[in-house]
Parts: sequence; C-alpha cells; structure tokens
Amino acid sequence: MSQTVFAPWEDPNEKPLIQFKNVTKRFGDFVAIDNLTQDIFAKEFFALLGPSGCGKTTMMRMLAGFEAPTQGQIFIAGQDMAKIPPNKRAVNMMFQSYALFPHLSVWENIAFGLKREGKDKDAITARVEEMLRLTRLSKFAKRKPHQISGGQRQRVALARSLAKAPKLLLLDEPLGALDKKLRQDTQFELMDIQEKTGTTFVIVTHDQEEAMTVASRVAVMDEGQIIQVATPAQIYEAPNSVYVADFIGDVNIISGRAKPNGEKVATQWAEGQPDIIGTTATKFDAGQEIHFAIRPEKVAISTEEPQDAANKVQGKVLDIAYLGNISTYHVELPTGHVIKAQTANTRRLSRRQITWEDPVWISWTDTAGVLLER
Amino acid sequence: MRRFILIAVPYLWLVALFLIPFVIVLKISLSDVALARPPYMPQLDFAAGWEGFKAFFAALDFENFWFLTTDDLYWKAYLSSLQIALTSTVITLLVGYPIAYAMARAAPEWRPTLLMLVILPFWTSFLIRVYAWMGILSNEGLLNQFLLWLGLINEPLTILNTNTAVYIGIVYTYLPFMILPIYSALERMDDSLLEAAEDLGCSRLSAFWLVTIPLSKNGIIAGCFLVFIPVIGEFVIPSLLGGSGTLMIGKVLWEEFFSNRDWPVASAVAVILLLILVIPIILFQRNEQKQREAEG
Repeated sequence: MSQTVFAPWEDPNEKPLIQFKNVTKRFGDFVAIDNLTQDIFAKEFFALLGPSGCGKTTMMRMLAGFEAPTQGQIFIAGQDMAKIPPNKRAVNMMFQSYALFPHLSVWENIAFGLKREGKDKDAITARVEEMLRLTRLSKFAKRKPHQISGGQRQRVALARSLAKAPKLLLLDEPLGALDKKLRQDTQFELMDIQEKTGTTFVIVTHDQEEAMTVASRVAVMDEGQIIQVATPAQIYEAPNSVYVADFIGDVNIISGRAKPNGEKVATQWAEGQPDIIGTTATKFDAGQEIHFAIRPEKVAISTEEPQDAANKVQGKVLDIAYLGNISTYHVELPTGHVIKAQTANTRRLSRRQITWEDPVWISWTDTAGVLLER
Repeated sequence: MRRFILIAVPYLWLVALFLIPFVIVLKISLSDVALARPPYMPQLDFAAGWEGFKAFFAALDFENFWFLTTDDLYWKAYLSSLQIALTSTVITLLVGYPIAYAMARAAPEWRPTLLMLVILPFWTSFLIRVYAWMGILSNEGLLNQFLLWLGLINEPLTILNTNTAVYIGIVYTYLPFMILPIYSALERMDDSLLEAAEDLGCSRLSAFWLVTIPLSKNGIIAGCFLVFIPVIGEFVIPSLLGGSGTLMIGKVLWEEFFSNRDWPVASAVAVILLLILVIPIILFQRNEQKQREAEG
C-alpha cells in the first residue's frame, strides 16, 4: 500500500484552517505586514522563515491575538478572529523566552491552562501526566523552572502550550536558545510530537535549516510579504526568486540576457564566454535580464576538461573551505566571477587532487540550475 | 592581618553604634530614677574597685519593666502603635501598589523621571513636609478651603489632631518605601509571562492575580516591613498631626524622657519596643534571604 503524500494545499476541496485575507499591519509608519493573503491547512507544520524584521513574528502574534490587523481579516476554522481576545482562542503559543512562570513548578506550569478551563482535578492530573510523559519530563515535575536545564525548559514550554490540545500551536523561535546538537535532536522531537498529536503547528524561525527540517511547507518572507510558499524541496530546488534562492542555502547567481531556444534558454553572461544553457518552464523574452542560479553541489569540478557537459568554464581555485564531509571550492573565472563548487570528500585529504591556484574546469548539466526573473 | 582588619571594620561599627548604646539603654532601664545628673542611679564607681562593681550590679533590678505592666497606658500604647502601624501599612500598600505598577508599565524612557519624582520629597526636610501637612489639614487649611469652595461641605472638617491626620501623614511619608521595592520587583518581570497567561486562558484580571501578584510578592513583603517597622516607633507624625487621643509608644517614650525626666522607665519602654521589633525584623531578613536564594 502506498502512503498518500500529505499535501492538502494541492486539494481544491480542502478547507484551510487558517486564512489570512489581505492582512496589513502597520506600527505607526512602519508596515510590518503588507497586504498578505495566505492559507494554512489543518495538521500542517508551517514555517515562517525570514530575516529579523520581515514580519514573521507579527503574523504569529496576530494569530495568537496579541496584535490586531490594521486592515484585512484573519479566519481560524472559518471564524473571523477580529473580536476574539487571546484567552478565548483555541490557539496556544510557545514563547521564544519560554515565558515559564517562575513561581510555579513544572507540574503547575503545565496545569496552568487546564485549571483556567475549570476542568476537574482528575482530568487535569491525567492530562498533565500525559504531557509530562510525552515530553519526558516526569522526573522534573516538582522542580521550579530555574532548577532545570535550557532544553528541559523548552520542553516544559512545549508541554504547557500543548496541554490544552489547541487547534493551532504557535512556536516563536522555539529552539533559538538551544545549542546546535540539542537543537537538531529537538527538531525531530517536535516533528514526532506534531505527528502524534495531530496539531497544526506554525513555527517562526530565522534558521533556514530548522525550517527545512521540520516544516511541511515553508513560507519565505521579506519586508512584510511572503515571497514563496512551497515544500522544503521545492523551495530549495525551484526557488521563485534570487531572494529565496539566496536565503535558503548556498547559491551561485550569474546574471545575463536571455536567448530563448525552444525548451532551452541560453544566458549570455559575459563576452567571450559560451552561453549558459538551462531548462525552464517559464517563457522569457529575448534580451530580457535573467539570473541563473545554481547550487554549489550541482557544480562539478575537475582538472581535465569534461567531454559531455552542457556547460563548462575554466577557472582558477581561489579558496578551499574544508568542512569534513564536503569541500567547497571557490573558483575564479577569467571574467572575475567567483563560482562555488562542492564535492563530497570520499577520499582522504592527503590524496586530494585539487589545490590552491590550480587551473580547473567547472561544469554542470543543462537541468542543474534554475532561471529566475527577479 | 589585613583581611582581619577589613572584616573588623563593620563589626566595630556595629559594636560602637548599636551594641554599646543598647547596653547603655539596657543598663539605664534596670536603674532607678534619681534627682541627680544623670537622673538615675546607681553609677558605676570605678574608684571602689571590685566592691564598687558588686554594689553596682546589686542595685540593678527589673522594677521598671514590672512598672510597665501595672499601668495600662503602656500596653495600650504598644497595642495602639501596632494597630496604627498595621493599618497604615495596609493603606500604604493599597496606595503604593498601583503607583509602582503604573511606573513599571510606563514607557522605559519615562521610568527614571517617575522614579525621581518618588524620591524627590526626600530632598526636603521631613519636618517641613509634616508642617506643610498641618497647613493643609487644619480647620482653615487648604483642604478645607478647597472643599468649602467646591460646596461639598458647609463647615470645615476636623482632620488635624485626629488619627486620620496621623494616617495621612504616615502614608504620605512612608509611601516611597513601599513603592520602590514593589517597583523593582515589577520592573524585572518579563511581559511575555502575562501574554503567556492570557494565551493559556486567563483574563487580564486573573493574569494579574495569578502572575503579577505572586511575582511581586517579595517586593510587597519588603515594602510592608519597611513601612511597618519604623512606623511602630514613629514619634514626629503622631505628635505633630495627632491629637490627645492618638496613643503611640513613640510619644509615650518622649514624654517619659523629657516631661517626666524618668529615664529608667523611658529606657524600659525602648527596650520592650526593640524586642517587639526584633520579630518583624527577623522575618524581613528571612524574606530578603529567600529572595536572594531564589535569584541565585
């Protein structure tokens, strides 16, 4: 039995859980969110990714009810949220600072929201115990927040925000305060918990790796607008703009003029150099300015001239960044462009063929890169 | 050796300015009143040597403390002082908390100014400020004139020389001691805690009760002690603003000392007052210590 791919955004019959409709938010003269329209579906793990000040936190705070849109509407499960205060929303938030109540124990912190619902004692106890087990915190139930580690605090914050079984969980830079190793482990934990509870997660982060790891869809934001929304793979392989290509991972951008030729487009990028041949579904006008974007790992590097490559250029090794598993070569072309090429270090360092100042060939196929208008 | 000197300095300070005066007061409280200069006996006669010492200690007794229990003026004064201190502490808290809260919520660039305004009255002599209150509260004072002008009252209210005036004076004088510790507790509070409380289903009001109040608890306790402890022994405010009906131990003490010139009884009153104050002072210090531990 083949597993169906989770992609409710591609199903026109699916009703979105969250709808932003032409939402604008201004703080004085500053436009934090600029006429934004976006659907988010139930059970999604939706990441808002962007540099600081791009409006991602404002979007999240509007969902939680801490900010009201200046214009436009936000719907959650079909209900207009304009008049609904934060304490009446089936939305919980995990704060960047965790915002654990310092005067309450871990147990009481998790029970806090449940007690406000006026549930009976046994139900609260059962739910808190369940949350403690889910986040592996049972041992620390009696401790105060200042008596546990950062990673444990993060899990308390998660348990507390999940305890009320919200329709929607908002995570504001949830892993920002953790060190790298712990962050990676926690990312997988988060995904596990999201799957187990079936809650819709919206995560705000500026860490593209984190967004790519956890999210079902990533929205790349800039200056109050969503530039692209797609699955992590699409975002990486088929960015819709130089901004997205540059924001996610490493990329080489070569600008030039388009020379369409059937399915293929040649990019004239420098005098005396052969055109770059690429494939694209978009139509380009002849002579239009376009940007050719290619990921370093898709650029091959060799000392011999490759025979059957669609694109090849000769250059000189400027720099080598050795990262253990991979090496990145910065190759300077005669035109002054510097192209990054990445290879996996399958051989031991001592047997590496290419070194500084070596003349080398870099090459790539005609489908390796993408052509972008802007 | 240098370390020893460094440690010794505060101890010498305490011995010279606290312990020695206390021993002197204690000694006087155990003496008998006398028409002499100083007005009590026995005096230690160093010339008589060991015999002088023996005679000196033999003459000391607890007669004055016993006397305090025979006249109900004293325990009534103690009780009345405690009651006035307690009531005015509660009023000061009720007035001070909202002020501290508003200061902590104010825009950061305003906070130093507001803080300055709270501290500013200390730059004027305390006595002058109490006299100013006499001018405000008297029958022909500003307050009565203002109320008459508004037409709210037909004849002047008698406020000066009543307990009401004492409460007004105490609350006014000690308000900064209540505001400052509460403000410092509230100011340190992370705003996202209130958002978290709201997010988890609290109304603004219940978030205040469940988060803000518990987190400012130490500030409240510190403020209450800082008001309560000095108010018990307060003398200037009740004697200037209070009337004949205002009974406070500070006033009794003053009268024993200066009107009756009965230093031994006055000293006994002072020793008892100190013993009464030791309890709240210990509680206060325990609270401070707990707070430090919680932060550490």
